[in-house]
Amino acid sequence: MTKKITIEPVTRVEGHGKVTILMDDYNNVRESRLHIVEFRGFERFVQGRPYWEAPVLVQRLCGICPVSHHLAAAKALDVIVGAGTGEGLTKVGEKMRRLMHYGQFFQSHVLHFFHLCSPDFLFGIDADPAIRNIIGVAQENRELAVQGVMMRKYGQEVIKVTAGKKIHGTGAIPGGINKNLSIEERDTLLNGPDPLNADKMVEWAQGAIDFFKHYHKNNKAMVDTFAEFPSNHLSIVRKDGALDIYHGVLRAVDHQGNRILDDVDYQEYYNYIEEEVRNWSYMKFPYLKHLGKEKGWYRVGPLARLNVCDFIPTPLAQEAFEDFKAYTGGKPNNMSLHYHWARLIEVLYCAEEIRNLLKDPDLQNNDLVVKGNKQHEGVGVIEAPRGTLFHHYKINDDDLIEMANLIVSTTNNNEPMNRAVNSTAKSFMNGKSEITEPMMNAVEVAIRAYDPCLSCATHALGQMPLEVSLYDANETLIDKKFKS
Amino acid sequence: MNKVLIYGYGNPGRRDDGLGVALVDKLEKWSIANGIQNIDFDSNYQLNIEDAELISQYETVIFADASTENIEHCLLSAVNPSQARIEFTMHAVSPAFVLNLCNNIFKKFPETYLLHIKGYEWDFNEGISTEAKVNLNKAFRVIINLLSDKKIINKTYQKV
Repeated sequence: MTKKITIEPVTRVEGHGKVTILMDDYNNVRESRLHIVEFRGFERFVQGRPYWEAPVLVQRLCGICPVSHHLAAAKALDVIVGAGTGEGLTKVGEKMRRLMHYGQFFQSHVLHFFHLCSPDFLFGIDADPAIRNIIGVAQENRELAVQGVMMRKYGQEVIKVTAGKKIHGTGAIPGGINKNLSIEERDTLLNGPDPLNADKMVEWAQGAIDFFKHYHKNNKAMVDTFAEFPSNHLSIVRKDGALDIYHGVLRAVDHQGNRILDDVDYQEYYNYIEEEVRNWSYMKFPYLKHLGKEKGWYRVGPLARLNVCDFIPTPLAQEAFEDFKAYTGGKPNNMSLHYHWARLIEVLYCAEEIRNLLKDPDLQNNDLVVKGNKQHEGVGVIEAPRGTLFHHYKINDDDLIEMANLIVSTTNNNEPMNRAVNSTAKSFMNGKSEITEPMMNAVEVAIRAYDPCLSCATHALGQMPLEVSLYDANETLIDKKFKS
Repeated sequence: MNKVLIYGYGNPGRRDDGLGVALVDKLEKWSIANGIQNIDFDSNYQLNIEDAELISQYETVIFADASTENIEHCLLSAVNPSQARIEFTMHAVSPAFVLNLCNNIFKKFPETYLLHIKGYEWDFNEGISTEAKVNLNKAFRVIINLLSDKKIINKTYQKV
């Protein structure tokens, strides 16, 4: 008899998804799917609105990475107001946006690692779920929990002074920004009382990498084989190949490191990327057009970025990057749990960039906005914490948005997340007659490595207890369990 | 002097979901008008883990949030760490979770209250509904009375 197991929702990810695992007569996994069951429709909501509202409207997609949507929309509208494609802003305009972006990356990555993932590392993925959470972390390793809370607070403060508010700010406007950084704001972030200062954030970011490496050293076999599979990798990079999460050209490499998309202008992303619709999910499946659906899917996010870029332009993160690259002999890293390693290197990179920018006097300049000849179409692409984020708008002669297309980071990771689920389900569930909570958590660990934001991906908020349903070959429900 | 934080949360872009934030705005204006010194105000779209550090700095914290529950106007209740559910999403956490995390990390926690304010409209738009404005005014009085009962403010400040 074939069994179908449903894990719904997936916990400790952003939003609400469910996993179904179809078992055969011998309790082996036959097929598995990550379903995204929410629909939000932001691309339709913004139609008919004045274009300058887009950076404020679209960030309501998400309470965790609103800055990414805010900036991607603003970059697209830079093109529409004739301010160029990411390089035409004033120094203070671009640098304030970068500072905002690094602050958002820093807090988002920190929240993901310390709040959502450190419990798995600290207690093990098969530990009692009653302690496998941030409260358990605080009881077991108070210093780690303190660092998580204070690093997140610091990132939020960076966002507050650059965007105007901690969540859903208004700092970026078409063609620039609406405020610079005051000396007082700069000094507070740079030299604030311990631990809320730039030096401490760099130090703690280094410590977080050491925490992961210590765990990796003691659990090498599991970390390296867990949901490991070859894939392509895509991100933007600076024109010289450096890691750049704010602006660059689109580049993709295959699992061996061969270039399959060679530093192309993202204004024409639609020439290179296609999205497939599957009838069992609201989330689309993007792929590189020239390689087709079967061979063109790719990973995005921290792991992909470090696989795609040639170097990191800050010294301490570069040192960590060299260590990371050496582990796979310079070849792309295809190990899903190494997303955490890559993510923490990016935390360090952002901490260094924040510290550098705070010392840059351009941030006190007053030439905030540039304008040029209005266009009717613009594309903004940015690396969000979870991966490459595309915003594309067309406006009419009345300045109203008539078309919006968003390809969000989590959508780009749809196929790899499905493959990670399948790989993990087979490893942990094959031949087992009973599905236990640790097995279900293993599947979730695979998904969490990608830090998906399902709210963003379907353009929805959701929070429910875990639901597990068993179906027979006729898809008749034979059992259902809940976990809060 | 008892240091107090009043913290409203919710999304003003979803009509009455912004009731907590609107209450904080109203109370802050009242506080400035009356020269109140010992009450701080904050608001956000949602609570998150860093709020554990924020509330650790206060003796009394009052959270205000919109409610879809079947209550009349508003409902004030005490919060304690033991009420915390373990939450797995990080989009938002509850006041009890923040209190519990604060207690575990900073080994102390403030006396904490949560004021639920009944809302009715949740569309993608700004502005509190007419019905909910009545509840907002009731909620304002509840907070003033609480502050007065706890001798955080002098009764002579009650005039709005």
